[in-house]
Amino acid sequence: MAGTPILSVRDLTTSFLVDGEWKSVVRKASFDVGAGETVAIVGESGSGKSVTSLSIMRLLDTASSRIEGHVMLSGRDLLSLSEKEMRGVRGNEVSMIFQEPMTSLNPIFTIGRQISEVLTRHKGLSKQDARAETVRLLEKVRIPNASARFDDYPHQFSGGMRQRVMIAMALASRPKLLIADEPTTALDVTIQGQILDLIKILQEEEGMSVLFITHDMGVVAEIADRTIVMYRGEQVETGLTAEIFHHGQHPYTRALLSAVPKLGSMENRPWPTRFPVVDMKTGLATEPVEVAGTVSKGMTPILAVKNLVTRFPIRSGLLSRQTGSVHAVENVSFDLFQGETLSLVGESGCGKSTTGRSIMRLVEPTGGQIELDGYDVLRLDPVGLRGMRKSVQMIFQDPFSSLNPRMTVGAAIAEPFVKHKLGTARQAKDKTADLLEKVGLSTDMARRYPHEFSGGQRQRIAIARALSLDPKLIVADESVSALDVSIKAQVCNLLLDLQQSLNLAFLFISHDMAVVERVSHRVAVMYLGEIVEIGPRVAVFDNPQHAYTKKLMAAVPVPDPARRGIRRGISNDELKSAVRGMDYQPPKREYREVSAGHLVQVG
Amino acid sequence: MTAVDQTLPIPAKREQSRAWRKMKRNRSALVGLCIVAFFALLAIAAPLLPIPDPIATSWSAIRKAPSAAHWLGTDDLGRDILARMIWGARASLMAGVFSVVIALVIGVPFGLVAGYFGGWVDMVISRVTEALLAMPFLIMAIALAAFLGPSLTNAMIAIGVSATPLFIRLTRGQVLAVKTEDYVEGARAVGLNHFEIMLRYILPNIVAPIIVQATLTVATAIIAEASLSFLGLGQQPPSPSWGSMLNVAKNFLSQAPWMAMWPGAAIFLVVIGFNLLGDGLRDALDPREA
Repeated sequence: MAGTPILSVRDLTTSFLVDGEWKSVVRKASFDVGAGETVAIVGESGSGKSVTSLSIMRLLDTASSRIEGHVMLSGRDLLSLSEKEMRGVRGNEVSMIFQEPMTSLNPIFTIGRQISEVLTRHKGLSKQDARAETVRLLEKVRIPNASARFDDYPHQFSGGMRQRVMIAMALASRPKLLIADEPTTALDVTIQGQILDLIKILQEEEGMSVLFITHDMGVVAEIADRTIVMYRGEQVETGLTAEIFHHGQHPYTRALLSAVPKLGSMENRPWPTRFPVVDMKTGLATEPVEVAGTVSKGMTPILAVKNLVTRFPIRSGLLSRQTGSVHAVENVSFDLFQGETLSLVGESGCGKSTTGRSIMRLVEPTGGQIELDGYDVLRLDPVGLRGMRKSVQMIFQDPFSSLNPRMTVGAAIAEPFVKHKLGTARQAKDKTADLLEKVGLSTDMARRYPHEFSGGQRQRIAIARALSLDPKLIVADESVSALDVSIKAQVCNLLLDLQQSLNLAFLFISHDMAVVERVSHRVAVMYLGEIVEIGPRVAVFDNPQHAYTKKLMAAVPVPDPARRGIRRGISNDELKSAVRGMDYQPPKREYREVSAGHLVQVG
Repeated sequence: MTAVDQTLPIPAKREQSRAWRKMKRNRSALVGLCIVAFFALLAIAAPLLPIPDPIATSWSAIRKAPSAAHWLGTDDLGRDILARMIWGARASLMAGVFSVVIALVIGVPFGLVAGYFGGWVDMVISRVTEALLAMPFLIMAIALAAFLGPSLTNAMIAIGVSATPLFIRLTRGQVLAVKTEDYVEGARAVGLNHFEIMLRYILPNIVAPIIVQATLTVATAIIAEASLSFLGLGQQPPSPSWGSMLNVAKNFLSQAPWMAMWPGAAIFLVVIGFNLLGDGLRDALDPREA
């Protein structure tokens, strides 16, 4: 690092007032960000990474927080400035972009107005100049047809495009430092790739420094010159990104890195493989174990889906006539055997969740056939449907909203058992205790409420509840996506163990290619409601045939700093929408067999 | 990374005792409870207390200021205000509480059904609710009370029915928010029926705003009863209620301010008491609040 740093943080300690006591959430953080440098702060939830960035910007509520230490921006201590002077710094010398592009723009003003406001306020430009400059900025962040979109409102942009608008707004004042707080976390993987490329290119063009906050080691490897690892409010390790990745000193760093699912780490492993278990104290990892021989091929599949179609009508006008429909699931067919994991992968809106919910009859499919453990699912009456629920259960994405906050954990786990009258109250209690142990929790936790547990623990509880009916199939809808990496590894291992001991079949719905590669026997790639490629995991990952599959895999950030220079070639592709008019006839699709069981859509 | 996460040292207790323990620690809720309990006890014990007859007039003691003989003074007909206050508490508290209970009993189920099922059920319930809301609360209460005939019971029914649309709308809105939570869908996936889902998954998660609204409405109802009494549609004279006392008192504000002061203060206190109690209940019933 040459010259004086742009940002220099010394002994930053931030505390919050909790129940009359000061609790420090960031302790003694010290780091520099040099000119033109990208520094990443990485850590899991609760590590204090976001609080660090908010402390630098002084965006914390002054009544309940206390920031100590020094934050020097080009030689000025931001912590000693008055609030008025600080307003001149924010959005001017330092800009910030946030995680949620859907809520960080004001919906009632045009994007052009929101960007030019920054210019007229901070740079004193006239209205006309500001407009010209805004168009230039929109072009800079590669928004197609920028001048025509000046007067568009935020809702007319997709998530990725909104994040571009946010970046344009952040760049408007030509900041010395850009703080990006999880800017790609809420985006789909192909869009994430575009935004990361864009940030890299803009940084070269503008020569600004970037402080990048993320939980994703893949993103870190791709973007950061130097990396700071945070753990429970402590800065545990700082260094060049390659150093951290290859010769991490702190056990936590090594634990974090080995828990990260890496795309391509499954070469020469035919079966799903557990994540290595790492001791947080020593950083030593155990050799991961393959989970082989669970699939009962040759028998009748536990789940057979044929030509499943689910459409949602779009109504508009005074009489709410149907004017079109969302073709969420279009002609989807697959089989799933006992003890097997089939993953549905794809980006948001591709219909993977709707497929899962259609199989559960949580949404009503439009057509097709679903055979599940002997039930003809689409022709079941309410009584039969209730019976079917014993065979298939679901685990949701967000462990914070999937448990009833007013019900004790024990009651929640026992409820399905009691509801289906599978035994006495005594038996329900024993079953609950048994299940809690199975998912790695202790039995005395049954009397507590969900809010007393962490995200990972809650997901275990959700799994225990799903298991209480002894189902044969579990639909796991993004069940590990919201979890921190180390917890994600634990929960994946749990699922694999349960598959082995209970011979469960999983329909694993996920957008996370690296996790999918790890846990599945077979993979189906979905795009705009259709399966474009399906086959054994090894075949699909080693020999992807469909253009979309290839694109999806190329977009996944790989946690390997050696790949840092690689650009994907910036594109402005957006995810297409599956909204169709009334007269739309879905085209006839044909599949080509690449190898045994590996089918790819043609035409 | 071991499989067993650390355990949290929080002892588990049964829901009722947990709520009560939390309530006891909440000082403002206790104050609210005391105020409400105080007035409720006064109202219940009115026949046993050594106070003058609340409807006995005395020409020699018209509009007398508070004194040893009449602690809170007398009104325009020479009736003892303390006695009337205590007897009036019965009418006012009953009017406040029962009309809200009526509104809750009708409003919450309709709101639940409308919000949960949506579609034409929601359409019908919501449009009717909106039509009722378009009518001013008091006008509707007066019309209903006039239709039912003048008595305290009918006044309570009228006030309760008039307050119902408010609870339908509130409940429906809350249901719409909670309905999208994963745990509701999870309950369907487990095979619970609509009734069980509404009762066990939705209702417990929307009680907080309903309780708060209910305590606020108790206050509105007490005042509404006063207005109805003034029109002769509520508590029938000469039986006292705080509202009717206040309405008479406003003609003598400069000559006998105490006539208005006491019932005013009582309404104010009871309303505060109910609000504090409601806030406390809301927190105590929520397992997420420590």
